[in-house]
Amino acid sequence: MTALSKRQGDDDVLTAGGLVNLNGAAVRFDASGVLHWPEERLLVVADLHLEKGSSHGARGRFVPPYDTRATLRALAEVIGRLRPERVIALGDSFHDGDAERRLAPADLETLTTLVGSVDWTWVAGNHDPSPPAGLGGRPVAEIVIGPLVFRHEPRPGRSAGEVAGHLHPAAKVGRTRSVRRRAFVCDGSRCLLPAFGAYTGGLNVMDAAFKGLFERSRLIAWMLSDGRVYPVRSAEFLPD
Amino acid sequence: MTETNLLPPKFEAWFASRGWSPRAHQLALLEHGLAGRSVLLIAPTGAGKTLAGFLPSLVDLAGRPKWKPGTRRRGVHTLYISPLKALAVDIERNLETPVGGIGLDIAIETRTGDTSASRRQRQKLIPPDILLTTPEQLALLLAGRDAETFFEDLRTVVLDELHALVTSKRGDLLALGLSRLRAIAPAIRTVGLSATVAQPDELRAWLMPQAPGEPLALSEIVTVAGGAQPDIRIFEADDSIPFAGHSARYAYEGLLEEIDRRRMTLIFVNTRSQAEMVFSELWRLNDANLPIALHHGSLDVGQRRKVEAAMAEGRLRAVVATSTLDLGIDWGDVDLVIHIGAPKGASRLAQRVGRANHRMDEPSTALLVPANRFEVLECQAALDANYVGAQDTPPIRDGALDVLAQHVLGRAVAGPFRADEFYAEVVSAYSFRQLGRERFDRVVDLVATGGYALRAYERYAKIKLTADGTWRLTHPRFAQAYRLNVGTIIESPMLKVRLGGKARGRGPVMGGRLLGEVEEYFCEQMKVGDTFLFAGEVLRFEGMRETEVIVSRARSSDPRIPVYAGGKFPLSTFLAASVRRMLSDPSSWHKLPAPVRDWLELQRDHSILPRPDELLVETFPHRGRYFLVLYPFEGRLAHQTLGMLLTRRLERFGQKPLGFIATDYVIGVWCAADVGAAFVRGEPTLSRLLEPDMLGDDLEAWMAESYLLKRMFKSCAMIAGLVEKNAIGAQKTGRQVTVSTDLIYDVLREHQPDHILLEAAWADASSGLLDLGRLSDMLSRITGRIVHKRLDRISPLAVPIMLEIGGERVAGEADEDVLRQAADEIIREAMA
Repeated sequence: MTALSKRQGDDDVLTAGGLVNLNGAAVRFDASGVLHWPEERLLVVADLHLEKGSSHGARGRFVPPYDTRATLRALAEVIGRLRPERVIALGDSFHDGDAERRLAPADLETLTTLVGSVDWTWVAGNHDPSPPAGLGGRPVAEIVIGPLVFRHEPRPGRSAGEVAGHLHPAAKVGRTRSVRRRAFVCDGSRCLLPAFGAYTGGLNVMDAAFKGLFERSRLIAWMLSDGRVYPVRSAEFLPD
Repeated sequence: MTETNLLPPKFEAWFASRGWSPRAHQLALLEHGLAGRSVLLIAPTGAGKTLAGFLPSLVDLAGRPKWKPGTRRRGVHTLYISPLKALAVDIERNLETPVGGIGLDIAIETRTGDTSASRRQRQKLIPPDILLTTPEQLALLLAGRDAETFFEDLRTVVLDELHALVTSKRGDLLALGLSRLRAIAPAIRTVGLSATVAQPDELRAWLMPQAPGEPLALSEIVTVAGGAQPDIRIFEADDSIPFAGHSARYAYEGLLEEIDRRRMTLIFVNTRSQAEMVFSELWRLNDANLPIALHHGSLDVGQRRKVEAAMAEGRLRAVVATSTLDLGIDWGDVDLVIHIGAPKGASRLAQRVGRANHRMDEPSTALLVPANRFEVLECQAALDANYVGAQDTPPIRDGALDVLAQHVLGRAVAGPFRADEFYAEVVSAYSFRQLGRERFDRVVDLVATGGYALRAYERYAKIKLTADGTWRLTHPRFAQAYRLNVGTIIESPMLKVRLGGKARGRGPVMGGRLLGEVEEYFCEQMKVGDTFLFAGEVLRFEGMRETEVIVSRARSSDPRIPVYAGGKFPLSTFLAASVRRMLSDPSSWHKLPAPVRDWLELQRDHSILPRPDELLVETFPHRGRYFLVLYPFEGRLAHQTLGMLLTRRLERFGQKPLGFIATDYVIGVWCAADVGAAFVRGEPTLSRLLEPDMLGDDLEAWMAESYLLKRMFKSCAMIAGLVEKNAIGAQKTGRQVTVSTDLIYDVLREHQPDHILLEAAWADASSGLLDLGRLSDMLSRITGRIVHKRLDRISPLAVPIMLEIGGERVAGEADEDVLRQAADEIIREAMA
């Protein structure tokens, strides 16, 4: 492992302050799955997929309808802990166009309170192209802050400074036995966030969908497990 | 004999033409049958059970007037249900002899998953007189709209291998199916065929409809005494017997000599991986090139059929097999059964030994090959048991709620139902007789809308209570989903293994022969270049292509990926008690081989031999650690649970436990603190440590974070139809299901911990993998009878577990270890 971190060009993975260097911005990958940019007092969360459970229910698969509650509780916890001034929800915040109407009254209240407590931005996603009305917050297609651009779906090829969601990245590692976890994937230039929603699975970072997006030699998956973050080099990745 | 008069002349003539006379139990079953009574037949293999079971139906059908064209078609007369579809096919063949010989005009057909759609259709239009099928197919037939006409003429239900069926969820499915059949055709009688049972009265009650609050109704019973005493020996080697391990390598040369002396030998092992290993080791030594084949459930069907055919034709001298050959299928002329490893249960041994000389009046010959010293004790106990005819099968549990949920949906698919009538029907099944109305209603609610306190799915309900008081299916697509997902066997996802070429450039070379299937989890841990044993060869893992594993032949003869070789069946309670008795009674040791005898004598001199009702606990230091070894002999599952709970408690008492290992016989725990000294000081006392109250809070806390309950929940959720095993159109891969059920489990546990499926998962875990019943019995048995021996070094009896400890990891933190190892140290330190 030591040898890996000494390779050329890797010196700038971390900033002097011990944060992750993302296209010149100093950010933190929080173990909850949100990206934290302390200097901007900004918190970014991707793929909440609220009411995914009830969308299954509509098709006769009665999975527990508590996913929205669980997701919002986790989000409220991290907002309370990191105290951001701004929150960007990076698209696919709602599982489908009808999801907002299916919200249980208590969940709707929690969400409205959260959105009202900060400067909230809804980035449009493919599941929720037109952002919700009546919840507050500002709908945008994408937004630029300093060296970073925040959008839902990563552009094909290299895209410096892009912060996106959509792919639900996960990584798998191990030798005699393997472990698979949600992860931030980042090559220092671009970063994809793990999905935050309670019922959102992960797509292996070795999948073809990630092809060409990163400079592989600098790629690190920041794997989330049990309240901790484990940075893992691409040489360690396993396919599914 | 007067009963002989029951037999019509043409039947008698047929028996006579073959030089036979009907056996007493066959006539007894005929008498019960013609009087319309249900009956349980307990008979050893080779006693003519099948013919006995069908004889009343054949006689009844022979006397039935011929069907006249233009009149109403008659429904099925006799239904035969077996746990294996192969068995149904086998029985069809076996019935042809008497039916053809007597000259009966009786239509006999099978209906299994392999039956073509056109044939199924025809069977519904023109039902056969006798239908041979499986519990799942029965459920599907009952969910059909025409179930009532199909079954209204049903007279008899024959249930084969009943002892194997009733202790599983499939048994619950069958019990519910039977209750449905009784509602359609109230006059039916049941015939249970069973090889070996500990509690025949349970099976007798299972065969009968029960009325809640009334004494149990029991069927008649006919028992056939065992045939000739089997000739069973324990393999004796010149070499010393190993202390630990499961390979039994020391015995292979001797076994080849035994095989060479016989016509046909069956070699039974307990797991697939053991079968692979034994097979390849035998061939390594097989200088005489004896034709020896391999047969287990993961092999490609074509390959299995080839082995079976070769066996039937007598072209093989030996077959290494797992439980795929376990049940009553008749293969060829076997004159020796070898059992490698301990049989884990006397009934299982009896069943397997019965495979040799499939004729009741000749003694079977069997050879037991213990792989280590504790197994010697176990084999001797099993051997004693077989001679005294003792039998042990697990007791019948309460019916599973997830299976009931599936049955409720099936009932609605068949047509509208009233909850009151349906409830009465369900509780008439023996295994559901204790089900309260409130739980039943919760299961109906689970099917209707998921059973959630948050009523989110009312408008998507699958079944709805309508104005006329009946429950009805809301949409035909749910019927289709039911048909695709019926059944209780949730298999670990299987991947096909295909022979290809070495990986070059971008991936493996495709296009070779199919070798069989492996469990997905087995491949998850493999990297290109890893070698493993499969289908009797050492294969090299080349990569995955969708649902296929591509392999090449490895040049090395030494597989790198170790396979778990322990038994998958836990030691039965009955054998465990016998082993404890044998250990405490030196007068019984003369039956044991000298090295084992010497070993026990050493233990007597250096430590203690516990009495059968005592629990021996030894403590000793070894290489800077402090060991705690318990000898409960309660089976691996109960020991694993106890080990988990013990380490939690030791942690709390400040003993710094580092890990533990459990075998069928022993639990070993290692600590950083001097645990023996702590017991002497009473901090804590051993009796405090082993108090039965550990099954309360400690268990609860452990289960909350355990992976086990998640796995149980997953299968309950699939059986109950909460998530679909097979979605219409596309089959979900195992991985997708795993991810979503895990997430569902976490969310449900947090927000509705009393949900009925969590209850069902808990019931499965406690009766199954945790073996809580047994652990709880043990803890109360040993209260006040714990013997502590503090030693300054390893005791003789502790040697096997100390040898096993080598490779074991500290419990619990393993996942985090993997991540810690993979993580980049320098970045991590900088982050800290």
